[in-house]
Amino acid sequence: MVNRSRSLFDGEILWPAIGASFQKLDPRWQVKNPVMFICEVGALVTAFYAVHDGFAANGKLGFDIAISLWLWFTVVFANFAEAMAEGRGKAQADFLRRTKTETMANRIVGGKETQVSASELRKGDRVRVNAGELIPADGDIVEGAATVDESAITGESAPVIREAGGDRTGVTGGTRVLSDSIVFVVGTNPGESFLDRMISLVEGAQRQKTPNEIALLILLAGLTIVFLIAVATLAPFTIYAGAKPSIVVLIALLVCLIPTTIGGLLSAIGIAGMDRVLQRNVLAMSGRAVEAAGDVDTLLLDKTGTITLGNRQASEIIVDAGIDEARAYKAAYYSSLADETPEGRSIVVFAAPKAGLATDAQLYGDARPELPAGASFVPFSAYTRMSGLDFTDGRKIRKGAPDAVRAWVTEQGASASAPLLDAQIERIARAGGTPLLLADERGLLAVIALKDILKPNMKVRFDRLRAMGIRTIMITGDNPLTASAIAAESGVDDFLAEATPETKMALIKREQGSGRLVAMTGDGTNDAPALAQADVGMTMNSGTQAAKEAGNMVDLDSDPTKLIEVVEVGKQLLMTRGALTTFSIANDVAKYFAILPAMFVATYPEMNALNIMHLATPQSAILSAVIFNALIIIALIPLALRGVAYRPRGANAVLRENVLIYGAGGIIIPFIGIKAIDLILQAFHLTGAA
Amino acid sequence: MTLTAWLQDLVYFLIILALVKPVGGFMASVFMGERTFLTPVMAPIEGALYKICRIDPAREMNWKSYLYAVLGFSFVGFAYLYILLRTQQWLPLNPQGMSNVPPDLAFNTAISFLTNTNWQFYSGESTLSYFTQMAGLAWHMFVSAGAGIAIAIAVVRGFVGTSGKSLGNFWVDLTRSMLYILLPISVVAALVLIFTGVPQNFSPYVTVKSAEGFSQAITGGPMASMEAIKELGTNGGGFVGANSISPNENPTPFSNLLEMLLFLLIPAALTYTYGRFAKDQRQGWALFIAMSIIWAGGLTVASMSEAGGNPLVHAMGVTGGNMEGKDVRFGVGASALFAVTTTATSCGCVNSQHDSFMPLGGLVPMLNIQLGENVFGGVGAGLYGILEFVVLTVFIAGLMVGRTPEYLGKKIERREVQFAMLALLVVPVFTLVPTGIAAVTKDGLATLNNNGAHGFSEILYAFSSATGNNGSAFGGLSGNTFYDFWTGVSMFFGRFAEIVAIVALAGSLAGKKAIATTAGTFTTTSGIFVVLLIGVLLIVGALTFFPADALGPIVEHLQLFSGKTF
Repeated sequence: MVNRSRSLFDGEILWPAIGASFQKLDPRWQVKNPVMFICEVGALVTAFYAVHDGFAANGKLGFDIAISLWLWFTVVFANFAEAMAEGRGKAQADFLRRTKTETMANRIVGGKETQVSASELRKGDRVRVNAGELIPADGDIVEGAATVDESAITGESAPVIREAGGDRTGVTGGTRVLSDSIVFVVGTNPGESFLDRMISLVEGAQRQKTPNEIALLILLAGLTIVFLIAVATLAPFTIYAGAKPSIVVLIALLVCLIPTTIGGLLSAIGIAGMDRVLQRNVLAMSGRAVEAAGDVDTLLLDKTGTITLGNRQASEIIVDAGIDEARAYKAAYYSSLADETPEGRSIVVFAAPKAGLATDAQLYGDARPELPAGASFVPFSAYTRMSGLDFTDGRKIRKGAPDAVRAWVTEQGASASAPLLDAQIERIARAGGTPLLLADERGLLAVIALKDILKPNMKVRFDRLRAMGIRTIMITGDNPLTASAIAAESGVDDFLAEATPETKMALIKREQGSGRLVAMTGDGTNDAPALAQADVGMTMNSGTQAAKEAGNMVDLDSDPTKLIEVVEVGKQLLMTRGALTTFSIANDVAKYFAILPAMFVATYPEMNALNIMHLATPQSAILSAVIFNALIIIALIPLALRGVAYRPRGANAVLRENVLIYGAGGIIIPFIGIKAIDLILQAFHLTGAA
Repeated sequence: MTLTAWLQDLVYFLIILALVKPVGGFMASVFMGERTFLTPVMAPIEGALYKICRIDPAREMNWKSYLYAVLGFSFVGFAYLYILLRTQQWLPLNPQGMSNVPPDLAFNTAISFLTNTNWQFYSGESTLSYFTQMAGLAWHMFVSAGAGIAIAIAVVRGFVGTSGKSLGNFWVDLTRSMLYILLPISVVAALVLIFTGVPQNFSPYVTVKSAEGFSQAITGGPMASMEAIKELGTNGGGFVGANSISPNENPTPFSNLLEMLLFLLIPAALTYTYGRFAKDQRQGWALFIAMSIIWAGGLTVASMSEAGGNPLVHAMGVTGGNMEGKDVRFGVGASALFAVTTTATSCGCVNSQHDSFMPLGGLVPMLNIQLGENVFGGVGAGLYGILEFVVLTVFIAGLMVGRTPEYLGKKIERREVQFAMLALLVVPVFTLVPTGIAAVTKDGLATLNNNGAHGFSEILYAFSSATGNNGSAFGGLSGNTFYDFWTGVSMFFGRFAEIVAIVALAGSLAGKKAIATTAGTFTTTSGIFVVLLIGVLLIVGALTFFPADALGPIVEHLQLFSGKTF
């Protein structure tokens, strides 16, 4: 996303939001939120009374107008909060829409390429994209590899590599191919593309209330009915006491009591929660997914790329007894020279100085060492599980999985026995490394140890997760020995070794069966069933189309550790709702003490004993409460948009703190606020007749 | 307040505390179908009853079937009692020759006893035959209490059960609550009461010449047996109009203590039963502690207020606490304890006139009722009532820990909140709306005993008591067609609307998968949860009734202490 770090009150968002706050006064919009709807009806009725009293000229006009205006402000302020939250998404949607220009596509039909408009592409079409062209639709690459500029959707300027086969086949419409040429199969029909979905999601156009939001709204509606009854029955009670009830005052009391603070901010909190996820470059397919993230108990994390850096590095080369060291190092160097994998390159870097060959500078510079003349590279395959080099003079070098290399050596007619190396292989595996055997046609030479490099600070993050009550399970294809060593080093709670899509799926089902909510990340097509089964499935943007459709979030940066942040945002979202609900209800205590004595002091002068804030006059008391009630919405907009402060701790510690801040604070703050407003009204002589 | 009075409160609480575990554990065993010491005696009777009534005790009911059974049973019970009241003059055991009860009073009385309220617009000694008292009222005192316990157990099953939608079998729960719990304890209690001097006979009233030379009729009848279930079942309907103020119903301080123990016993012990069902006793104790704290707080305010006495009376040179409407047998301390406990539980029997309490002393019983009869509450009704507030507390506070709120591992979602809110609405709707109607209509004001704020308190108390199914009264108000009808409506919905909502809530929770407990789970056994539960109960109750109470007891208090009377 561009402009990800907007300030909270960016001018570009602020002005349209002010406009929208008035547009949203439309009752058809307000009726979706019963609390604010009642508030608007109250504003309307008081406006009517203001007009009525104006004609009656009974001296109540000024007070009626003031109450009515502040009730309208209350509704407008709530609308403003929602408009502000939506504004950020709208600004991003506008930007995305600009990138969605009409492009041409080279459709391949029967081997022939024809130029068609991108809007004519349908699912299953094959399309070629050359360097410099825009990718016309979403899909999976089936031929070739290319560097792609995805900044249009990710905001990240560094190009990424997308290639056929494997887990980085996904391309997104609207991004640009920088080099090379690819053929991909279109995965979506027009209007359903990732960009389309993204626009509607960030814009909040299709925003549906989440289950928790609905439950909370029911609670708030219920409380509103309770207060409606409490206030409406005050009218006959007042008549019994021998006074004439004032409808304007009753409405003022009602609006102060119903939970307008949370009612007004509720939808803003939800939208802002989605937006906070988006600011982390994660696209949640629904608000429900973000909420579910907050409930997660178990996190499945892929070892590679999440817990460890994506590539293993050579950390040791142990030469067998009786073998010339220079020969072994040279063999290691040449065996990997043409090996483009990060592991292969790390072996070259490690072995070069020891072999007295190319220096680091040469290796990293443009002048990459050439292969010896005529030598041919034997690439790694899943079948041979070895790679190496064949020289023209018949010399051969191989490195790879120990059993495969041993078999190859035996095949060459040499001895595959090397007790020292066997012991080393065992030791390396036990320590969590990957042992590779190195050999030439004359026999075994050495063991190369590849070591997983843990990402920095992972242990701290897992400790934080544990404090939040979340268990992490590492998923790896490694054998149990290696896996347990890495698990211990990284501090995860558990691991699944020799993972296959089936065992991964079984693990998720087992966790869910024991009542836990599971989150996982994935990218490959074979992850799709597990992603769909998990309660929260986050797909890497680089992943395949199938995987993206199975998950309920897409990480545009393809960084699996993001899942942890999304969990935190989900928790923050629910906490913000709970905190503001508590605050809103606690506020009512002070409002009663402001309004009730003011209402009845004329009938029962003794009631002034309840005016513990010593508010100047009945009118100023009621007005101060109404003004406080409106202003608190504005004051809490930043909190609603940012979410309450969150530190990963146990539930009881979090609860204690929030109850203190929002519960106790919610009782005390309005006493101070209402008194302060009353003093200001007094200072400006707006208190009305005593 | 005197030290003796404090000590008396403390001893009373300690006895209850000691009984909670054995009685609660026993009730759990009964409803879990475990063997108890009564099984050899009761099991054959139980089996025979099922055979006669053609009940299949193995049949499991989901929440709808359970509800249909409860409502059907109650409807038949209502019709039975109504007919009995309307025809008692032709029925046996009527030595005083009582005539048939008029329709509106019969309607009110039938609902009153059906709903475990025992609001009495009549005086038993001058209106009802012995047969009506025994076969009509006392029968309902048993079955309404038994149904209350059964429903509570069904609700608990819904809250704790993770397999299937069953809430149990209403007929089995009802039968067991009668055979194993209510009957045995009542029999023992009635015998002890007879020993303290409560009459138990079928003779006509005895007329004696009193010391002053007046001739006075002394009420007799099968009083002790009704007295026991009146307290034990938190019914509260006295055999005579004066209820437990009358020296026949409550002759000595010992009978007074026994009666107080009886009406708190089952509501308090059910929290322990709940803990057994939840397989975590702390869940039950958390509820017990929250209830105890509110009860103790109310007791303190009421006791201090009554012991403080009336400043206007003090001005006349009479010192001491407020003794108006209290019996010297019990004094200020025991009267306040009785009043607070009888309203905290939904018993509603009285040993003093709440109407004559100091304004704040009278506010406590009223507020106890307005909190929804959840502070211990009625037998069964108190437990399922507080569980509704637990759901709300868990929902609001649970959000603050950053997870979808859950209770006993079950997620509190839309349906649960919906039903909890429906249950919550019952008390304000059926208390405040009819109070409002009464306050401005001629019929509503016709039978008031007082005017001004105290008169308003009488109306408010009547509808609070009716909706809360308490049954105690601010004596001043007397019945007429208006009140017969409207309190009847309040009693009916106060009982059954809440039952429908809470059983539906339990049905929605039944069979929900329990979520594993982690460090991120909001624990419902901690001190902070107890504080929150009390906070939600008090704030919701206070916010709903503060305006009304302010116009009644609170303003009356302020007026009284500034020297104003009516």
